[in-house]
Amino acid sequence: MSKRSYYILVGLAAVLALLMLNLPGPTAVRLKAVLGSVFLPLFGLADGAHRLAEKTGDHLQTKSELIAANAALTRQNQALRLEVVEARALASENERLRQLVNWQKQNRWRVRLARVIYRDPANWWRTLQIDLGTREGLSNDLPVLSPEGFLIGRVLTVNPTKAQVVLVGDPNCKVPAVVEGDVRSQGIIAGGRVFDGSFVELSNLPTHAKVKPGDRVVTSELSRLYPRGIQIGVIAEAPWLAESRLVQEVGVKLSANLGSLEEVWVLFQ
Amino acid sequence: MITLSKILILLGALLAVFLQGTLLNMRPLLGAQIDLLPALMVYTALTCGPLMMVALAGAGGLLFDTLSANPPGVSVLPLLLIGALLQPRRDLLLRDQVYAQFVLGLTASAAAPLCAVLLLLTLDQSPLLGWGSLWQWAVVSVAGGGAAPMFYALFGRLNQALGYRPVTESSFRADREIRRGRN
Repeated sequence: MSKRSYYILVGLAAVLALLMLNLPGPTAVRLKAVLGSVFLPLFGLADGAHRLAEKTGDHLQTKSELIAANAALTRQNQALRLEVVEARALASENERLRQLVNWQKQNRWRVRLARVIYRDPANWWRTLQIDLGTREGLSNDLPVLSPEGFLIGRVLTVNPTKAQVVLVGDPNCKVPAVVEGDVRSQGIIAGGRVFDGSFVELSNLPTHAKVKPGDRVVTSELSRLYPRGIQIGVIAEAPWLAESRLVQEVGVKLSANLGSLEEVWVLFQ
Repeated sequence: MITLSKILILLGALLAVFLQGTLLNMRPLLGAQIDLLPALMVYTALTCGPLMMVALAGAGGLLFDTLSANPPGVSVLPLLLIGALLQPRRDLLLRDQVYAQFVLGLTASAAAPLCAVLLLLTLDQSPLLGWGSLWQWAVVSVAGGGAAPMFYALFGRLNQALGYRPVTESSFRADREIRRGRN
């Protein structure tokens, strides 16, 4: 190939890449969905291998281990039943009180379990992909929780079979939060630490806010995306003044272990 | 033979991107996720033609961006830049030396994330950056340096195993054989 043809080829490829960078948002999402179908056989293979490993693990468990696990689950089931009865009573009481004071009725959230199938290969994003998509009723901005019920992020983009979840700590996942201390101080979880994925920074706290290590950080009632009161983490450090000296910032240790997520809950309204 | 090696490289790119987000998740261990595509681009630019180099930059970069939160095309340009810089100089490089492969892999793996982050900042995106990013950069570079000689060894073996063996021509001709002995 002559030098001229070589430069034309490389130039054309560069122009195409630049055009792709300027695609409008919905077109880029559609393009990603189409290209993502190339990975479907590999995802299928990985899923098959995962199930096989699980089945093999099932066969390796002894009968005594299974009996012990069954007994523990039975005890847990009884305790949870009692809690459900208590929660139902509280919910109906809450409903009655809301009617009495004519307060706006809250919509109930439904949950759906999804499996984590992929983590972002780029070091500068914190996202993961789950195996639910628009076919299962997913849409953008739905809250996502860890199996223990802690907030881990929200749905960023959805295609028919998969959805991308942006995790707390990614610059694209800002969460209005409240510190449940002596005074309920409002702030925003805006970004995480590059090296330690379990830490995020709570910013925009008022200077008079008194927060101390160990205080719980939960989602705020000011958020339109997240139901209020979901635990995000706990304050891990003493607060410091931001560069502007008008607000405080503080480090928050996330309650969910984002590095070991295998399954997550997606909340639907 | 040529087609087979090209298919193997593209399949390698697909597998590399897939494994980076599934089995080769190095974040809990190293605090950074390694990127194998720049090292693969070094191998491709030094052993294949310009068309293949452009094909790998396009396909590999787009596949990477598909599974990442990057806008599509962000990873294509750095790979293309690496390939376009190496390809015309491949006869001047000691590409069969492991040391040269390591240095080229290291340089390419250091340049690729830098270009990608610069592009993202130009596009008004806000990637997660901090002092820890320097450590991630070092890990990605060293891993890429190690991956380049591995790709050379792996694809060399695969081409040997799956490709046609070259016919060895012997200078022996039966009609020119000097027969010694009594008859």
